[in-house]
Formats: sequence, structure tokens, C-alpha cells
Amino acid sequence: MIPRISGTRLAGIAVLLAGAAAILYGCAGTPAEDNSASVEAQTIAMMKESFKAHGQAGLDRLDQDDTQRLCSKYSTTPPPAAVAKKIEGENLAKVRYPADGKLMGDWKKGEKIAQLGRGMQFSDDPAKPAGANCYACHQLAPKELSYGTMGPSLYQFGKKRGYTEENRRYVWAKVYDAEAFSACTNMPRFGEHHILTDEQIRDVVALLMDPESPVNR
Amino acid sequence: MPDPMKIRANLVGDSTEVKVLMSHEMDTGLAKDSSGKVIPAWFIQKVTVLHNDQQVLYAQWGTAVSKNPFMSFKFKGGAKGDKVTITWVDNHNETRTDSAVVG
Amino acid sequence: MPRKLRSIPGAAAALALAVITVTLPIVSVPAAAQESVEKAIEQYRQDLQGGNPAELWEARGEEIWNTPRGPKHASFKSCDLGLGPGIVKGAYAQLPRYFPDAGRVLDLESRLVWCMVNQQGLTHAEATKVTFGKGSRKRSDLEALTAYVVAQSDGTKMNVSLADPHVRDMYEIGEKMFFYRAGTHDFACATCHGSDGKRIRLQDLPNLTKKADAQRAYTSWPAYRVSQGEVRTFQWRLHDCLRQQRFPDLIYGSDASIALTTYLAARANGAAYAGPGMKR
Repeated sequence: MIPRISGTRLAGIAVLLAGAAAILYGCAGTPAEDNSASVEAQTIAMMKESFKAHGQAGLDRLDQDDTQRLCSKYSTTPPPAAVAKKIEGENLAKVRYPADGKLMGDWKKGEKIAQLGRGMQFSDDPAKPAGANCYACHQLAPKELSYGTMGPSLYQFGKKRGYTEENRRYVWAKVYDAEAFSACTNMPRFGEHHILTDEQIRDVVALLMDPESPVNR
Repeated sequence: MPDPMKIRANLVGDSTEVKVLMSHEMDTGLAKDSSGKVIPAWFIQKVTVLHNDQQVLYAQWGTAVSKNPFMSFKFKGGAKGDKVTITWVDNHNETRTDSAVVG
Repeated sequence: MPRKLRSIPGAAAALALAVITVTLPIVSVPAAAQESVEKAIEQYRQDLQGGNPAELWEARGEEIWNTPRGPKHASFKSCDLGLGPGIVKGAYAQLPRYFPDAGRVLDLESRLVWCMVNQQGLTHAEATKVTFGKGSRKRSDLEALTAYVVAQSDGTKMNVSLADPHVRDMYEIGEKMFFYRAGTHDFACATCHGSDGKRIRLQDLPNLTKKADAQRAYTSWPAYRVSQGEVRTFQWRLHDCLRQQRFPDLIYGSDASIALTTYLAARANGAAYAGPGMKR
């Protein structure tokens, strides 16, 4: 419980006054931005009191990195170009390619990873590998009709884009950290957040880029 | 003691329409619990409906009927104020009887 | 998938012309058949017109409401949901609200817990021992009470007042939380519920940033979940969404849960409440 809540209005006014004072010195955001920052601080404090650690999901899951913090502000509108550039640059720097340079695995395993929705929830066994649940948001192999529409269709991805090394590197990086290419995308950062292992990402790359994969047939 | 049924009985034209909800797990005997143990079959086997004192429906059910079953049916005749009495018996010999007045 | 079983009972008396409809369980269906799941659920709803199994919860909840319980032998007749002690009709449509006696903004479920603790003398642990039930072996009084109370607001226009500054603060925090991205998957509520006409697998997603969708979604909870055979409350809805968001475990009746509920409930203002609903 957060006893501070009933005093929120007062605190808000104090912040507004501080904001107004700061403007006189020509070095602060607008009062609206300050109020928003105050609500944000209260929100984070309240969330920390309102969740409990459970299984593999500790309270540190509530801590935001730069990307998450910035993208929370741009959920319904795209971020301004400068912010987008910053986010994409920071994330591109985090992309790690496999040490042995091998980008393609087994598309059959990739298909299973694309189907599996389990993983990283407090109700999941952390000893079992997580899935990517690609079908939750994307169309891939045409025989799977139960696919979502949050993301674009990836049917015939490799066939249309071309089976080049450059494209394989792009798919690897996109799965590893999608924020490197489109800031504030809805797509999780599977490598950066250790949802998938390198071997699993290889299998997903194969699902999209192997000419034998049902995605490209 | 099983939970009460929810029974509605209404005269529609020259028929009485009966709708009943029953509170029952209706375990199929095929599902497993979280520890992997089979949950034994537990389901309503017999349903009897009386219009006043006369039987108008008898049904034998199996595990293909859903949890918390809903059943609706009509029978010819009946009048406002008549009594509809429903009884179920499950495979553990637990039973429940409830009545409603035709409205 | 729900289907209708039509048969003539052999043993029925001659005067009994019977067309029986019996509900059958939902089982997992092959992908190709899932296109029709929404339609099948709609058919199931029609078959069950006036027969939502949530009524069984409502009946149990009404009995609990009227029965003295706890060390203080008090019933919920002394529980004030905002419209006066024991008054249930229309109360849910105005919740969450600020309760001076509790010094907090409370939603229905946290208010029920408050009454159990402060009026009936239960400990908080006793009151919240079973929040989300599982079958007849592990039943939740809170789910039953919630089903009973919300049903008394069926048809009442949602009217959550933001005039009280405590409630408005919670609304603003709830809004921030709705857009708060975190966790291993970078998900916020808005990730799945912030754009039009999207779906996860075959499940349509309401865009809760749009008034019409927010109204339709909020007014259909709590609901009987056919796939679980249980009535699920709004606290459950948030708890399970946040689990899938890969967040930690949302504490039942916590301030954040109430803030988010306040945001979503107030966004439904003006729409007629229509629950308990029925969901897949």
C-alpha cells in the first residue's frame, strides 16, 4: 500500500511550482512534462509495491532500460526521428553474431520454436527452453492457419528477399534485437533479453531463410 | 452437498419451456492434474424431470456433457403454477433435487 | 467445441415432446477449424440464453452475502460498496471509488476483502486464501460474491467519477501503467491493446485506447470462462494478462491493480454494464 497517494495533488503542485521557477531560469521542461514525470515516478513506486517475485519473474523485471523507458512514451505514436535514431543505434550496438559465424540451423526445429508460446512467464519451468511464438503475431508456413496479425506476414520471406548472406545476417540481427531496425516495435528482443539461445536463433533464421523451409515453399 | 440447480420454467404457447443449469465438475476421467495424476471420472449419469408427479423426461448422460451443464427442453401442456422437479444422480451416487414453479 | 446434441429421450412420456439442448465441453480443435471458434462461442451463448453458468456463482454469492460469517458474525449487509451499507444494485457501475473509511481507492474485489477483514474479523490472509478458484474442490468466495454483485449492475450505465482527486490520481497512474513497457519481452498492456483490428493467433484484440473497444471489453467482465469452467473476475483478467506480459505476480487487490482497473473502468463510462459475460 502506498500512503503517499492522498498527497499526490499537493506533490504535483509543488512540482508545478518548481517547474515554473525553473522556466524563469530558462532550463526546464514544460509543466505538463513535469507533471507527467511525477506521475511516472509514482507509477513505478506503486508497481514495486504491487507485484511480488514469483518463480523466474523477479521484481527486477519492472526496471526499464533506456529503450523501454523511451518507448513507453511512444506507444500509440511513432517516436520522433532523433529518438528513434538513438534507440536504433543503441540496440544495433548490442547485436552479437555467433562466434563461429554460422547463421543457419534446422528449419524443422525453427518451426517448433515459432509455435511454442511457453517461456519466461512466472508459471513456466525455467529449466525448459523458451519458445518465440512467432505465429502469435506473424503468418509463416501456410499450413498454420492460427497466426496473428500484430506483425507482417513472413510467408515466402526468403524467397522474396533472396537467400543472400546479407539477408541471413539481417534476420539474425532482427530476431536478436528488433529495436535495432525499428524503434519501439512490438517485437521482443529475443537475443538481447536471452529468451532464445544462439542455437535457437539459428533455427529460426533457417525457418525464414532455408529454401527447403515450408515458409519458402 | 451439491450446489442447487438454477431452474427456469415458462409457458410458451401450449408448451412449457424448461431451462436448467447444474453445478457439476463432469470430469471425464481423461484429464490429469498438475502433478500428472489422472483425475477420476465424475459425472452426472441420470437426469429425471417431473411435471407435477408425472415423469416427462429421463436422460442418461456420460462424460461428453460439459462442466456445469445447461439443458433446455420443452414439453406439451403444463400450466402456470405447475411444479417442475428435476433430479440428477452422478456416478458417485451423489444426488440433487430442485423444483421450480411454471411461470 | 460446443455443439448441440438433439435427441428424443426414449423414456419420455408420450405427451412430452422434447427437443433437448445439452452443453458439451470445449476441447482443443485443429487449427483449420479454429476460424469458426468465435462463431461457435456465439452459438453457444445463444444456446445458453438466460443460462450463463455464472448464475450458479451468483446464487452462491448471494447466499454468502446474506450469511453472517467470521469471528464477528457479520454478513455483507453491513458492507458499503459506495451506495450505502448492503446496497448492491448499481454499485459495481460506480467502482472503483474512494472510500474514506479505508483511506484508499478500492475496486469491488478489494472492497469485499476490506469488509471481510474490518467487519467480519477475518485476517487478510484468510479473506484472500482462494482468490481464483479451481473446480468444486477449491472454490473462491470472492469469485462468487463478485458474480453476485456485478449481476446487480446489469444494464446500469458505467459511471466512475473522477471528481475525487484520489480517483483521478489512480486513473493517471493506471494510464501510465497501461503504456509501461518492461520485462523480458518489452511488453506493455498497449503492446497488444493499442491498435485496431489486430489479433494474437486467432484471438481478436480489443484496442483499449479506443472508447468503443474499451467499453465493450470492460462491461463484459467478470465473465464465465467456458474453457476453464469458472467465473473469472477483473482482478484475474489483469493478473493473467500481466503474467503473459512476463511481469512478476500482480498482488490481488494491490494499488497498481486498482489503478489499472480505475483507468479501464472510467474509460468504459457511458456504456451499459452487461455482465457477468461469457468468454471462450
